[in-house]
This record gives sequence, C-alpha cells and structure tokens, in this order.
Amino acid sequence: MSTMDDYHNNVEIQWCPGCPNFGILQAFKKALVELNRAPHEVCMVSGIGQAAKLPHYLRCNFFNGLHGRTLPVALGVHVANPKLNTIVVTGDGDCYGEGGNHFIHTLRRNPDITVVVHNNEIYALTKGQASPTTPRGERRMLQFGGVELAPLNPLAIAILHGCGFVARGFAGNIEHLKGLLVEAISYRGFSYVDVIQPCITWGTHPVSWYRERIYTIGDDYDPGNREAALEKSMEWGERMPIGVIYKTPPAEVFAGRFRKAVGDRPLPELQPPGREKILELLSGFRAAEGSP
Amino acid sequence: MQDMNVVIAGAAGEGVQTVGDILAHTISAQGYAAFTWQEYESRIRGGQNSYSIRIGEKPQNAPLLPADVLLALNEGAVKKYEPLLKEEGTLLAQNQLRERMIAIPFVEIAEEELGDKIYADTIAAGALVGVLGIDLDTLKQVLVEKFRRKGNEVVESNLSAAEEGYRRATQGCKDMCPWKLPRRGGRYYLISGNEAIPLAAAFAGCRFIAAYPMTPSTGIITYLAREEELLGVFAEQAEDEIAAVNMALGASYAGARAMTATSGGGFALMVEGVSLAGMTETPLVIVLAQRPGPATGLPTRTAQGELLFAINAGHGEFPKLVLAPSNPYDAFHKIVKAFNLADKYQMPVIVLTDHFLADSQFSVSDFDLGTAGPGFYLADPQEIRDYKRYRLTEHGISPRLYPGQSEHLVGVDSDEHDEEGHITEDLGATVRAMVQKRLAKIDGLKKEISLPEEISVNDVDTVLVGWGSSRGALLEGLSLLKQEGKKAGMIHFTELWPLPEFTFPEGKTYITVESNATGQLARLLRSEYDVSFQGTINRYDGLPLTGEYIRSYFNEYYG
Repeated sequence: MSTMDDYHNNVEIQWCPGCPNFGILQAFKKALVELNRAPHEVCMVSGIGQAAKLPHYLRCNFFNGLHGRTLPVALGVHVANPKLNTIVVTGDGDCYGEGGNHFIHTLRRNPDITVVVHNNEIYALTKGQASPTTPRGERRMLQFGGVELAPLNPLAIAILHGCGFVARGFAGNIEHLKGLLVEAISYRGFSYVDVIQPCITWGTHPVSWYRERIYTIGDDYDPGNREAALEKSMEWGERMPIGVIYKTPPAEVFAGRFRKAVGDRPLPELQPPGREKILELLSGFRAAEGSP
Repeated sequence: MQDMNVVIAGAAGEGVQTVGDILAHTISAQGYAAFTWQEYESRIRGGQNSYSIRIGEKPQNAPLLPADVLLALNEGAVKKYEPLLKEEGTLLAQNQLRERMIAIPFVEIAEEELGDKIYADTIAAGALVGVLGIDLDTLKQVLVEKFRRKGNEVVESNLSAAEEGYRRATQGCKDMCPWKLPRRGGRYYLISGNEAIPLAAAFAGCRFIAAYPMTPSTGIITYLAREEELLGVFAEQAEDEIAAVNMALGASYAGARAMTATSGGGFALMVEGVSLAGMTETPLVIVLAQRPGPATGLPTRTAQGELLFAINAGHGEFPKLVLAPSNPYDAFHKIVKAFNLADKYQMPVIVLTDHFLADSQFSVSDFDLGTAGPGFYLADPQEIRDYKRYRLTEHGISPRLYPGQSEHLVGVDSDEHDEEGHITEDLGATVRAMVQKRLAKIDGLKKEISLPEEISVNDVDTVLVGWGSSRGALLEGLSLLKQEGKKAGMIHFTELWPLPEFTFPEGKTYITVESNATGQLARLLRSEYDVSFQGTINRYDGLPLTGEYIRSYFNEYYG
C-alpha cells in the first residue's frame, strides 16, 4: 500500500504562502495514495510557471521541460512506456497560451495521459499579465486599459476535439478535487481537469469570491450528453460548476495499432531489428543476382 | 567506357520520375553503376524538371551536366534542356523538332495501341533502352518486378509498351545511337540518403520518430512510417517542429532511442529543443536536411548553408555533436554513430545532409556494415543504491535510467538543477558544478571524432577543403584538374563539431569548396585551427557542386 509519506520529499516549496496550489498538491498526493500507485509508477510532465513546479514537491519521476511543451513530451513518454501513469501538470499560460497548438492536437490524438491545468486566469510567475483565460475587461499588469481579447473556453475546446474526460475542479475543495483526479487518472484515454486556482497575489478576486460562485454538479446531471456538456462548459461568471462535465466510454488510445503489433512493453526493452533484417532490406536496393 | 549522362526532362506529373526510376534500375540490373540526381521546381504539376542518370562501369557518385542523351517529354523541356545536349548527343522527343533527332509520339502510341496514355512512360523507357543499346530483357525484368503486384494484365501491357518503344527507337536510331551497354557482372546497391538513413536508424535501435513534413527531409519519416510494424519504430507526424522535437525528447527520456528530421526552417523552430536536450542531458538525433535559405528559400534545391547554424544551435553552453556524411553509405554509418554517441554522452546530435544527398541515388559496390551496431549506455538500476539522475562524476556523464525501469526515480529539469534534478539557485556550489559537469563531457567526446579524409595533401601545393555531400564532386574536380596537368589535393570533413585534433600542413594554398555564399567551413576552420584560406569555390544557385564546376571555377580564379 502506498502512503502519503511515500510522496513526501524535502524540497523547499517556492509558492507564495497560502497559495491554492498547496491544495492541488495535497489532492494529488491523496489521489495517488487512494489509487495505490507507487511513486516510480508515476511520471509527471510539466513546463514553466508556478504550476510547473509541482512535480518537484511530490516524489515521482518527472520531466520539467520548456514553457508550453508539456503535451508533446508527455506524448513521447506515453508511446515509449504506456505502463507509466503519465500526468501533465500545467497552467493556463503554459497549456492554453504558449502550448495552445499542442493542446488542440493532443486532444485529437487521445493518448492515455491525464492533464491537470492550474487555471488562475493570470501569468503569475512573470508578475500578473493577462492569460488566455483572463475575463475581458479585467486590468492586468500589461493590459492597463483592461483585456480586449475574448477569453478562451478550454473545456468546450476539449469536448469538441475528442477528449473523453473533461472535468473542472477547485483548488479550495481538496476532497472533491482528489475525487476528480482519481477518476481522471483511472480513465483510459486523454483525461483533462481544469482547476480553478485563484491567484492570491495578482488575481482580481479573493478565494472567497470564487467560493461564493462555485457549485458542485449534482447527480442528476448526465456527463455522457455532449450537447449538455457543451452547455455546461459555457456556464461561467455568477455560477461556476465543478465536477465531471463530459465523460464518454473509452475509445482507442493513441498508438494502439502500433502497440498491437509490438506488445505493451516499454520500447527500450525491445530488441533492435538486427543485422540480418537490415541486410535483407538493404538487398532490396540491389539488382537481383544473376539478373535477368 | 567513358561515363555517360542521360537526362529525362518534362513537366511535373508528366512521368519524369517514373521513366527515370525504371531506367536507373534497368542500368543497375544490366550491371552498371548508376548515379541519379533530380532537380525540380516546388510545384505539383507543370514547370520543367529533370532527372539525370550518370552511367559508368565504376561508381562515380557526382553529377555530370552535359547530356549524351536527352529525353524531353514536351517542347518546353526541349527548349530548356537542349543546351545541355552535347553536339553529338541524341535528342528523343514526341515530335520532329529538328533534323537530327528521334521522334516517337509516346502518348499517341500509348492511347492508340495500348488503350491508355498511362503506358507512355514505359514506351519512353523502352525507347531509351533501345537508344543506349541495353538488353530489352533487362528492362522487361525490371518491369515485371515493378508491376507484379498490380496483376498480369498490367505487367503484359507494360511489356508490350516497352517492346514498342524499343522497336521504334532502334528503327529511328540510324547513326545516332553509337552506345552499347552489354550486360556485365557489376552488382551495385542503388540507394539514396533518405533511404539509407531510416534503415540505419532502425539498425541503431531507434524506436521513435516524430517530424513535420519538410522537403528534403520527409523521405526519412515516410520510410519509417511505411515499415513501422516491421521495424518497430513508431512514427508520428507532429503538428509542428516544436512538437516533433519535444515528442522525441519525451520518448528518449522514457528510454526509447528517438529522432526527428527537418530542414532549415523547421530546425529553427526546434532549436529551443536542442538546448533542452543539452540541459536535461537527453539523447536526441536530429537530421537537418539542408536546402537554400533564408526563410523558405528554394524548397526543392540543394545547399550547404546551415553548418554554422547547426554548430551554434541552442541558447546556452552545452556539448553537442554535428556530423555531415558524404554519401548514403557514409550516412548509414554516421547515423549509427549519432545514436550511439547521443546515448553515451546524453546530448543532441545533428546530422547534416542536403537535398542532393537526400534524394540522389548513389551506386555502392559493397554495403558493408562492418563492426557497426547499436551500443547502449543505459545504467543498470540494480547496481545503484541511491540514484541521482545528475550525479556529479569525473567525466561529466551521470548514470542514466529511465522512468519506470525500477523503483529509482528519474527527474530531469530544464531549469538549472541539483543532482536529483530539482530546481536550484545555489549559485556558488551547485550551479558551477553542473555547468562544469556538462561541459566536461566534451573532453571524452572529442576523442570519438574521426579525422578528415586527406588525399595527396603532402604532394601538392594547393589543397581543396570541403565537407559533407560534395565529396564526389571534389574527387572528380581533382581528377579533371589532374587531366589538365594541375595538381591539387583534398581535405574533406564529415565530423564537424567538436572538431578533431588536426593540423593543417603549413605552406599550402587552401581553398574551401562549399555550397554556400559565405564560406562557412572556412570561417569555422579559421577560428578553430588558425588556418588561412586563399580562396573559396562557392556555389549558391541551388544546384549541386560538380567536378566540372570546381574545375572551371578553379581555373578562372586560382589557376
């Protein structure tokens, strides 16, 4: 059995004191313990930003790469070793801004990975500029007259582009978020959780403002209905739903046909084609002996 | 025999490639060494393109420009390529355009006698075989092989088409076909760079390629995608080059040998990933197939313009290896070396090819694999108790495990990091130690680098210095100069960064020969070896260097 201690390390945490990121970190640890995953079975991939530091604060394998490039890295990890629980930890700037193109196309591929976005509607590490999810009109450190761009709706994008598991969590509700993470990590296919994570340093509203507006989606909601899910994904402002917004039966995952041919072992365990096979293929470039 | 040159010219979509491929394989099957190269415009239909086939008894893998035989598939092609035809050469076209030529209306015959204009290509190939004095049976055998999978009817129609073309040409030849190419015992591999590279990658244990299509690199991922299950190499078309390089890095971090392939513009997008490979110490092989730039440049032409770009690619300071093979055989061996050294030194390796090397088919007498083979350098998790991905070691190389291999945790970071891969700002101790550790790998790497190839350097005053795919042209240039009584030697580099311990003999006149406008090799060698160059033979019009180009340029400026 894995325990919370298994996931503890002594790395100094660089987040602001009181940051809701601590809640997300706690939810991750609880979820992995509940799933009984050992740290070496987990591989976290992150980019740049405050969210991207999370893999350092939790004992596991990790690749902390470049800004915006988490999803291609995670895709490569998943193809090389589908047995790993590959989890991307990213932010709204990393995933929807710098990495927006990868977000769209990784959704289409349906790799068996989980993507968790710390969505604080702001670029926090670079001190408060607008992100793709900042509401129109809000003033930011570079948008002095207010944001003029329409905010992205990443949940709707995910629902429309082949994602089979779309959820929204709240960093201030650790138990609920833990439940979503357990369900997301267990899901076979691309699972995506956008987490409301108010920025207590640069954000416009305090955590309490979000708490007043957030509500948990009830049992009467059917996450299998795509149209209803799209409608739910557009609910934002005075009322903010959290929970599983869209969930379909798992579809064929990325690289499935290749894996049927080569088996499910990690690629580094496979033997290369060998001299004989290469010589045979090379002989195809040579005129047949004694020809014609 | 003296080497001869056949040029097939026409619009894109008119069958230039098909006729060229059939004839090249027929020449090879007849026992001759063929060398083919193509020049074409960046369009799907129209324009005027050419496919040149050099024929000889021994492999001479360099282009000839003057044509002994020109097959022009339309009148525009006659106009554009007739200047290449030697005075005593033979023109083959559909209509009678001048007195001394052979006119065969391929399309008309295909439609009227074989019921489909699709057979025009095979009629043309039959005609060329007739003009060149090659056995018709050799062509027939190539056609049977080529069309076998399409069924008996298609095979039979193609054989009839070949006979018809052959008959018409031999009738029309009169005194215009002095050539005889009787069957002989030579057996050559006819292979291009973009065919040798994917095979070498699979041989080296590559398991993953991600790339975005870009001429002239696309053939590499195409080959691997087609043979994906046979070779066990997963191939993915990425949404852009940034994704491609990061996908490859993800796969490599997870233990799979991985590569990507692109051209200059795509490589520009990948450069941040090159730096990431350097910082995270993740093995990565990138094939950079050059074409003329800047920007989009000439997409379907050739150049050696990215030497300094490749060597300097990536922000920050970290070890990398840059190789530039001279031909497909060399490319095979360099790719194996690239994968092995990327693994051993945990770094990015860039293999520079170009359109000329990627697409030209070279004849190789013996494709000897020698002692080449995959050498793996992953650590054994059982031998390690307290694992740290970036453990400081004397030679800078830390034991590399992959995630999930054992209970050891593997953490890597693009930030400056400590031995466990965690972000650090410990400037005094950790940062300095990590910078030194990464750079320490260069000492070992330098010992793996091969010396440049030297020909006649000690016996001559003038030495031509080149790199990469122009080796064949350089050799031919030397022999053409020799025929004129001019003595020149050659120094040719295929391993360019880090440069090997090498001394340029003093008292010689050095001239670089490069397919770029600014003499990038000269700049590099000057800064590393403190050698001075008296001149540069440049070519930057998108066409490949040839022996004749080198000879005449040399005579004009340095003779």
